[in-house]
Amino acid sequence: MKMMMHFLKQYKKECVLAPLFKMLEALLELFVPLVVARIIDQGIYAQDKTYIITRCLILFVLAAAGLAFSVTAQYFAAKSAVGAATAMRGKLFRHIQTFGYEEMDAAGSATLITRMTSDINQVQSGINMALRLFLRSPFVVLGAVVMAFSIDIEAALIFAVTVPLLAVVVFTVMAVTKPIYKKVQGSLDRILNITRENLSGVRVIRAFHQEQNEIDSFCAVNDELTGLQKFAGKISGLSNPLTFVIINVAIILLVYVGALRVDMGELSQGEVVALYNYMSQILVELVKFANLIVTITKALASMNRIGDVLHITPNMKEGQGSGLRIIQGEGSEQGDEPPIIEFQDVSFGYHANGEPAIQHISFRVKRGETVGIIGGTGAGKSTLINLIPRFYDVTKGTVRIRGRNIKEYTFQELRSQISVVPQKAQLFAGTIRSNLMLGCPDATEEDLEEALEISQAAEFVNTKEKGLDFVVEQGGKNLSGGQKQRLTLARALVRKSEILIMDDSASALDYATDAKLRKAIREMKGKPTVFIVSQRASSILNADQIIVLDDGEMAGIGTHEELLTSCKVYQEIYETQFMKEN
Amino acid sequence: MEMKKSSQKKTMNILWKYLKNYWIFVLLSIMMAAVTVAGTLYVPIMIGKAIDCIVGPDQVEFRTIYDIIFRVLVIVAVTGLAQWIMNICNNLITFHVTRDIRNDAIEQIEILPLKYIDGHSYGDIVSRVIADVDQFADGLLMGFTQFFTGVITIMGTLGFMLSIHLTIALLVVCLTPISLFVARFIANHTYSMFRLQSETRGEQTALVEEMIEGQKVVKAFGYEERAQVRFDEVNDRLQKCSLRAIFYSSLTNPCTRFVNSLVYASVAFSGALTVLTGSLSVGQLSCLLSYANQSTKPFNEISGVITELQNAFACAARIFELIEETPQIPETADALSLDHVEGNVTLDHVNFSYRPDQSLIEDFNLNVEPGQRVAIVGPTGCGKTTIINLLMRFYDVDSGKICVDDRDIRQITRGSLRSSYGMVLQDTWLKTGTVRDNITMGNDSYTDEEIIAAAKEAHSWSFIKKMSNGLDTMITEDGAGMSQGQKQLLCITRVMLHLPSMLILDEATSSIDTRTEIKIQEAFAKMMEGRTSFIVAHRLSTIQNADIILVMKDGHIIEKGNHENLLQKNGFYANLYHSQFAG
Repeated sequence: MKMMMHFLKQYKKECVLAPLFKMLEALLELFVPLVVARIIDQGIYAQDKTYIITRCLILFVLAAAGLAFSVTAQYFAAKSAVGAATAMRGKLFRHIQTFGYEEMDAAGSATLITRMTSDINQVQSGINMALRLFLRSPFVVLGAVVMAFSIDIEAALIFAVTVPLLAVVVFTVMAVTKPIYKKVQGSLDRILNITRENLSGVRVIRAFHQEQNEIDSFCAVNDELTGLQKFAGKISGLSNPLTFVIINVAIILLVYVGALRVDMGELSQGEVVALYNYMSQILVELVKFANLIVTITKALASMNRIGDVLHITPNMKEGQGSGLRIIQGEGSEQGDEPPIIEFQDVSFGYHANGEPAIQHISFRVKRGETVGIIGGTGAGKSTLINLIPRFYDVTKGTVRIRGRNIKEYTFQELRSQISVVPQKAQLFAGTIRSNLMLGCPDATEEDLEEALEISQAAEFVNTKEKGLDFVVEQGGKNLSGGQKQRLTLARALVRKSEILIMDDSASALDYATDAKLRKAIREMKGKPTVFIVSQRASSILNADQIIVLDDGEMAGIGTHEELLTSCKVYQEIYETQFMKEN
Repeated sequence: MEMKKSSQKKTMNILWKYLKNYWIFVLLSIMMAAVTVAGTLYVPIMIGKAIDCIVGPDQVEFRTIYDIIFRVLVIVAVTGLAQWIMNICNNLITFHVTRDIRNDAIEQIEILPLKYIDGHSYGDIVSRVIADVDQFADGLLMGFTQFFTGVITIMGTLGFMLSIHLTIALLVVCLTPISLFVARFIANHTYSMFRLQSETRGEQTALVEEMIEGQKVVKAFGYEERAQVRFDEVNDRLQKCSLRAIFYSSLTNPCTRFVNSLVYASVAFSGALTVLTGSLSVGQLSCLLSYANQSTKPFNEISGVITELQNAFACAARIFELIEETPQIPETADALSLDHVEGNVTLDHVNFSYRPDQSLIEDFNLNVEPGQRVAIVGPTGCGKTTIINLLMRFYDVDSGKICVDDRDIRQITRGSLRSSYGMVLQDTWLKTGTVRDNITMGNDSYTDEEIIAAAKEAHSWSFIKKMSNGLDTMITEDGAGMSQGQKQLLCITRVMLHLPSMLILDEATSSIDTRTEIKIQEAFAKMMEGRTSFIVAHRLSTIQNADIILVMKDGHIIEKGNHENLLQKNGFYANLYHSQFAG
């Protein structure tokens, strides 16, 4: 609720004006019976035609004014609701952008997407309805109660009991249904996830002939959703009949008490009629109100879900900045220069209490060196390199870049020194150009071409009709795996960073291309410090240092020759591969 | 305009098809609405009678009042109950219809041609299934709750009015529908705005999906700010078109209310003048006025409902568009089910391209004897994956034919064709579920022993057993937290378990370390024994032992033969082979 206020703050004026104009309109409506009474009392009894005509004109004027007021109210309500929802979406998106890998892994994208879309839509219609009706209804109800008291205090006591009772009904229904609506949105998350999986995994699902099973599991979740919705509907559907019954019982009481008091001479018949009218007015308002409750409750449930995301604070604290001037390619090799990258007894686990993914890793890398990382599946190769750009924070030990703990750098400072080619070749919808410029918005045409040349992508990009402006579909669906991988490589190279990390990013390339690629990188001007994670011994054969990982621990480090004699794990890897290829 | 009309009509027809299944509840809902309206209209009359019994001090007929009070109590109870039943019916209809729509949507997704899925953004399709259906449900529910009661109230009050004064009642009958015309006018003009809103939402969902899915890339490249800029741009556009759609549609209510006020004023005016001529009493006039009010109120509601329905229809149109999309060519009734596959695969003059203006595979011929190993090599983009798309019948050939055991695969059920292939793709895909679910792929007949044996063979057992719950460990969202290699091992385990009659391995071991790979190759080799297999690989070691090596370039086979004679030929293949040993 507090959060809703925060987003509406920008629209303070609109939020006041919308209900205000709505109330003005309601007031005008109250005048109509008065004017009609005049027509009857004065016009008809006095047989005054002109009086009747002028009064009817007043009715027209009232109608026109009412139209103007309510159009104004609708406009302000729509403006603030849409505005607040837009701001909320912007804020949420911005907030999600601050999430680290850890938060993303934990939250999962399906639920974040529903929250950004469906939940915010619910909140938007909630605000819109609330501004239009939520204030008007209590206003009319309270007004009616006040009027009732001014007529007869004793009879009005019935009002004093009825209104809180109605409030209890309304709020109980809200309190009971709110958690259900939250669950409803939760089921929606799952439906969304299944839908997405069925799109992204369409080949595997069809290959295994799993269509029916997928439909079944979708239907199961869908049934659960429907069940929840129906249950919520049953309860919120109670509020209307309940208010109807309560108010009519109150009316009966009113008639009864009225009858007694009129009999005693303490009340007139006309006053009973007036009291009755006020009670019916409350009924009319509450019927509208009850229809609103569902919308509001849903909006509140969705608001909570949005709040949950906004309350996740990224675990990682950004550094203050190093004050270090980072100039690309600067600095001659001097003996006393600190190693560009240093790991000092680093351990890391994905879960606080779980088994560490890597432990006790220490090594130093000099500027311009090439480091190969090799090891079995799940040995911790990717984990290790994910620690360099601080995608995750180490559990123990320190990672240093240029002699400084990476936690001292700002994210921008740190990550602009590093280009990563991730394992999963992920491209964004746009053009080849827009993808290449992802990490470097002011790259020149030459930069792009050079990067394509090195990554061995130039050849196929040039055959595309529009070259760099070739349209890339979402997820790069219209490119082959090898093409995507080379483009992600080029994307990293465009940045010309000091450190280049290739996380098994040549797996879809054939050997010839892979070899050409490595040669081109070696011959780059201002050659970066390169990390190559690979399954292929041939890819890292010539590296200055090779780190051999085995089940999260360092089994050896050194050059190819050194390791061949000293490291058993490496020998095995090399031999199996070598034998196989000859 | 004409097109829009016809598409709206189509939407209506489809919607009607869904509603028809619940006609009993629709009927019940209408009946309960009638009871509710009768009750709500009758109670005031009873109360009025009771008030007439309260004239003044010592002039109160308590006995009549008690009698009335008792009757009102009964009516109120019945009305309340009827209202609740009506609400439940309406909820039931709405949520069951939306459930059916969603179920049909997923069924449709399963039979859509891959061409459609490959060619559309997932975010957009997802937005149709989730957000659009949601909005549609809201509109439908509101329609049901207010539409029937509204219509019945109007008919009831009009009846009362006609019984009082014919001409004035006719005046109301003629004037009131103006509000419906106004509502219709506005609705017609806002339909396109709502559609634009839906489309912009779809666009935004697609962007959100991409950025949230690719969050890691976004982070690595410091793209956060620019992602935000792009998002803000769509967000701003959405704000503008949402505001337009919502504001203009919300004009309906005030406008129709204005019309109603005019009707009211007209009744007051003509009524007052009629009273002057003496053919109407003052009491009757006030009665007419209050009824005029009562009949116009539901008109307001109905027009409000119409806007809501308009929005709902715009959303429904988008979801129906998906559901009505031409599915893949259905199987013929006499389609054969492959039970026992020998493994003879022939491609006969096959032509295929994704787009008519760009030819890809041209006059492709191949005959594979049972048990042969076919390796496909060639530079990226040469059509290797396309061949697999065709073999699995993800896409249909443009001309020519593909046969398995001398039967055109178009005459075989898709299910039996596909399950006779075991497929491992480079692009690993895992579904949300347990490790076990991901390996058995829904086939519950496998015992744990069989699963574990397969996992051992695929060398995935060593890490599965280390997972927190072993085979029952939940895998979330495409295997977050697992390495690419581990995911690939799980995919291989799937095939090892199912032991299909033919194999397709598309870069199946690209992310697996070489030591493990060699062991898996051994297992594969054992499996390929007697099984026709198609292998796409870059590591030529995997390929060397193949019976047929196809070297492809630009959709054509440029070389064909086994390892030895291709090396002798000293062509493209030989070149490729030698390059892998260049450091």
